[in-house]
Amino acid sequence: MTVLHLNMVTQRAVEEGEAMESGKTTQKYFDVCSIIEMNADDFKELGINLNTVVKVTSECGEVFVKSTIGRQTCPRGLCHIRQGVWANQVVPPRTQSTGEPQYSGFPVTVEPAPEARVVPAVELVQKACNKWNGKLLWPM
Amino acid sequence: MTEYIIKNGCVIDPTQGINGQKMDICIKDGKIVDKVSNSAKVIDATGKTVMAGGVDIHSHVAGPKVDAGRLFRPEDKLFKSPNRKSNLRMEMGFSVPSVSKTGYDYARMGYGFVMEAAMPPLEAAHVHEEIRDTPIIDEAAMPVLGNNWFLLEYFKNHEIENAGAYASWILNATRGYALKCVNPGGTEAWGWGLNCITIHDKVPYFDITPAEIVKGLIETNEYLRLPHSIHVHANNLGNPGNYTTTLDTLKLVEGYKANNDFGREQVMHHTHLQFHCYGGDSFKSSSFESKSKEVMDYVNKQKGLTIDTGNVTLDETTTMTADGPFEYHLTHLNHLKWTNVDIELETAAGIVPFIYDPKTYIAGAQWAIGLELPLFAKDKDRCFITTDHPNAGPFWRYPRIYKWLLSANARNDLIKNELKYGDKVLDTTYIGELSDKEISLYELAQMTRSGVAKALGLSNLYGSLKTGMNANVAVYDIDPENLPSDPEQYETAFGNVFAFFKDGVLCIENHDIVNYSMPKKTVWVNSIVPENKQVERDIRDKFLHSYTVDLENYAVQEEHVHNPYAIKVDITE
Amino acid sequence: MQEVIKHVACPYCGACCDDLEVTVDDGKIIEVKNACIIGTEIYHHASREGRVGTPRRRQPDGTYKDITYEEAIDFTAKMLIKAKKPLIFGFGSTNCEGMAAAGRVAEDAGAVLDNCASICHGSSFLAIFDTGYPSCTLGEVKNRADVVIYWGSNPAHAHPRHMSRYGIFPRGFFTGKGARGRKVIVIDPRYTDTARCANQFLQVQQGHDYELFDAFRMVMHGYAADVPAIVAGVPKEKILEACDVIKAGRYVHIFFGMGLCHSDGRNHNVDIAINLVRDVNEYTKCTIMAMRGHYNIAGPGIVWAWQFGFPYCIDLTKGSVAHMNPGETSSVDLANRGEIDAFINIGTDAGAHFPIRAFEKIGGAGIPMVTIDPSVNMAATVSDVHIPVAIVGVETGGICYRMDNVPIQYRAVVKPFNGILTDEQLFDKIYERMQELKNAGIECDGTWDYATPLADVRPIKEVYQ
Repeated sequence: MTVLHLNMVTQRAVEEGEAMESGKTTQKYFDVCSIIEMNADDFKELGINLNTVVKVTSECGEVFVKSTIGRQTCPRGLCHIRQGVWANQVVPPRTQSTGEPQYSGFPVTVEPAPEARVVPAVELVQKACNKWNGKLLWPM
Repeated sequence: MTEYIIKNGCVIDPTQGINGQKMDICIKDGKIVDKVSNSAKVIDATGKTVMAGGVDIHSHVAGPKVDAGRLFRPEDKLFKSPNRKSNLRMEMGFSVPSVSKTGYDYARMGYGFVMEAAMPPLEAAHVHEEIRDTPIIDEAAMPVLGNNWFLLEYFKNHEIENAGAYASWILNATRGYALKCVNPGGTEAWGWGLNCITIHDKVPYFDITPAEIVKGLIETNEYLRLPHSIHVHANNLGNPGNYTTTLDTLKLVEGYKANNDFGREQVMHHTHLQFHCYGGDSFKSSSFESKSKEVMDYVNKQKGLTIDTGNVTLDETTTMTADGPFEYHLTHLNHLKWTNVDIELETAAGIVPFIYDPKTYIAGAQWAIGLELPLFAKDKDRCFITTDHPNAGPFWRYPRIYKWLLSANARNDLIKNELKYGDKVLDTTYIGELSDKEISLYELAQMTRSGVAKALGLSNLYGSLKTGMNANVAVYDIDPENLPSDPEQYETAFGNVFAFFKDGVLCIENHDIVNYSMPKKTVWVNSIVPENKQVERDIRDKFLHSYTVDLENYAVQEEHVHNPYAIKVDITE
Repeated sequence: MQEVIKHVACPYCGACCDDLEVTVDDGKIIEVKNACIIGTEIYHHASREGRVGTPRRRQPDGTYKDITYEEAIDFTAKMLIKAKKPLIFGFGSTNCEGMAAAGRVAEDAGAVLDNCASICHGSSFLAIFDTGYPSCTLGEVKNRADVVIYWGSNPAHAHPRHMSRYGIFPRGFFTGKGARGRKVIVIDPRYTDTARCANQFLQVQQGHDYELFDAFRMVMHGYAADVPAIVAGVPKEKILEACDVIKAGRYVHIFFGMGLCHSDGRNHNVDIAINLVRDVNEYTKCTIMAMRGHYNIAGPGIVWAWQFGFPYCIDLTKGSVAHMNPGETSSVDLANRGEIDAFINIGTDAGAHFPIRAFEKIGGAGIPMVTIDPSVNMAATVSDVHIPVAIVGVETGGICYRMDNVPIQYRAVVKPFNGILTDEQLFDKIYERMQELKNAGIECDGTWDYATPLADVRPIKEVYQ
């Protein structure tokens, strides 16, 4: 199976902003933020269809997201997950002593994981904090 | 409310001609009264000086550029902030103190009123928010109008009634106090990276000169009958040889007469004059020289003028002014960091840290020039002590300036022992000529109390101990009958008031702040003019096409003005 | 009865559009005009079903129980007093009155006070400390600028009306031709929607902005000939072309965004941007502005500068003086090192916007946590107490600072949902309760009866592997 080594950034998108204001527990927020955008050629190299789930792994974690190319195109070697819960599963917390984590420009691997489940935001956060009790209290 | 009696102090109050007489000052319900009951709390002021609360005519203490100065200089806090006292808020900062330190330090010097020197109208709400958070002192703020597009257009067409209607609207919208003018025309030119150096340089596009702007502002001010005159920072600040521009600017008052009901006599207040009294053509010691005498000769004979000094205190400080092009110039001189904010349609601001190092010739000469001004001043009711805080030094250095003025020894000692180029300074300035001149405590009270209040049109609120006045009273550890031999005692005494009453509330007792929660006022001028449809239309038009905020969101909302005290001036009556 | 409220300022992004028209019917918002899609959503969210109307306490099984404001305030006050190093973080979405009240609480509690700039434009502050900030208000750009540069920022998405109100399209006093009279240069690693509006697009290699700035500075200093053929992925001729446009401009303005602050180099990228502005001023007028994200994220920097002299990362735990040292006293670093023993998340969502490896050391450390926010966010889902407050700009007014530090006066268009408190009221009540508790003998001892002690913090390296 192909494993891509990419440089990842995470930034705002208008869809993300709108969904965030609707609520981070909504289906809308889940739909627009749990996706990765990459260059069309990189995408081709992965050999998958649009919206196939991929596993993104960085030095400090992994996350499953749906794959797209996106309207705002990345050059080859760059990928983008909209800022929010899913991107932050893999953003390194190192700050170069400035207080700011490495939101832009860190190495990740991207590989197809068509069978994997994209985990909802609340479950991701509560699990990380050992506060997950097995059910979503905020139905999406 | 509690009653107080300040017993046996030596009272100095130029408004009543009292010079060091032993008498009691009585306070009841926030006012100075003739007598109080036996239950009044006694403050023993035996062997001490009693004066009215101090009045500062020009100090940058609140607002966007002051705050930008705080924000961009963390080094101004590091190892330079005093430890928090148990009953007070934290006090942070050296040259640009936090709001708490500002309020406390003014109280510690016995000051009750401070004029914020420059309020950009667009950011007036910011000024008022900081005033709300500054404890103890009453404050007012002057909107900056010397480069305002509306006024430039009205002055171009000699439309003083329209200019008046607009200025009146601005005073009400910003809850402002007086018309401030900084580098007239030059700051607008700075919008294109240019400047106006003389009073006859044309402003790009607007095709008007600084002289026309200043004259227009004087006419507008007197048309509106405002309590304070226009408050001018002239063109060409800080440059060698600028005294000719200064004299040209000062002479613009000729032919004008003050028109107001507040006892004000001047038609122009020229601020931080020290920065405007330079001769020569470069900063070299072979060229740069003092021209304070030439300037003060004119000031002394021109009753239409008041001035404040802008004394250099030989500290590391932060310069900040609405004179944008000057700060750009300054950053090229000292290569330190530079902040600039151009404000749409109105003004600009620049901020650069600066070190007045006694090891340099120029700082020594500036220090000397600043002291020459009050020493040359014939009428101490027209010359006021400031540091243009924080430009020439922090305001809490006032006691040090008093020391240099009250004691010739302190001054001469500094020239000899602390200035590296003291001899050069003696050659190129007038400070040597004045080497035995000293001012009296009475004159000091004129320059920090009675004169200032009169120039601001606030004689009925501040600067006096007359019966019926608001009880702002300071008691200092100085015995006028037995003046200290060591000049340092002046600095200590004036910086650590023994007791201070703000509006009749005992704020400082025995040198310690015991109460800082008294209500403090925001003083503003409610100017009323005849209805003016054209100006209303012009305002709507500019907000529709040029501003980036809506007209309806521009005026400061009443809820954001802390404890407002309006002075109503109605010219329709 | 329907009522249209005009000149409403929008509580979303740093552009602070203050021309919204909101139609209200019987306390419900039914229509919003002039706002972008995000701003519109904020107003509709306020009237939607399912809002939290009372403070809530998290139960051991993960469910929530409604509690009174008194209980929530008591919990928070006690937590602040007992903790040795509580962190109060957020403030992107509240008004300045709330920030000033929070500053008083933080000082009294000996807390660390930090705002979202810490993970956003904090690097810009560091650069400003070093180099200054030659800037202007947005109206200067609108009225004068004929060359506008967006560097590492994407207003089409993050500040949707920025280009139409200020940057590219408006017709100002000296810019009567609007977009036709302006040259727009966009510099970004991605071909963004903003780049589509540009006359020139320079696709910089991600993380190499510093090199590109350096090339610009070389040209400004007269060393154009020495610029290499390709710099940071951008061909030399494109750099020279952009520099010619800049030099020929009457008024040049640079907007910069997260592309500089979040990439390698951080503050150095902003530092060199400001130095470029100083260089360009030798040729023509040039100013620069940070594209601040939230509508009032400039606010805490301003309010705390007047209270404490520092804009962010303010460590008040000494009690004597405030101390700021980003990297040491910044929220993410404090979390990384497991240094804090209580956490208040206010007007932001650390749960969603901190890297999870940092946040889990707060949310999963067994320390008490309070979230103060109008809606359920990620931090709220793991907090011990969630206190809802009125939405600024919708349910309460106040002053907020636009990205150019201009104070904008916000308005309330409806009453607070279910009578909930504003941030200012809440913090003032917390302060009062703290005084009561202190007078009753509650002291700072680092113990916490509601929560388990701080878990052992694993070294970062181990977590990564």
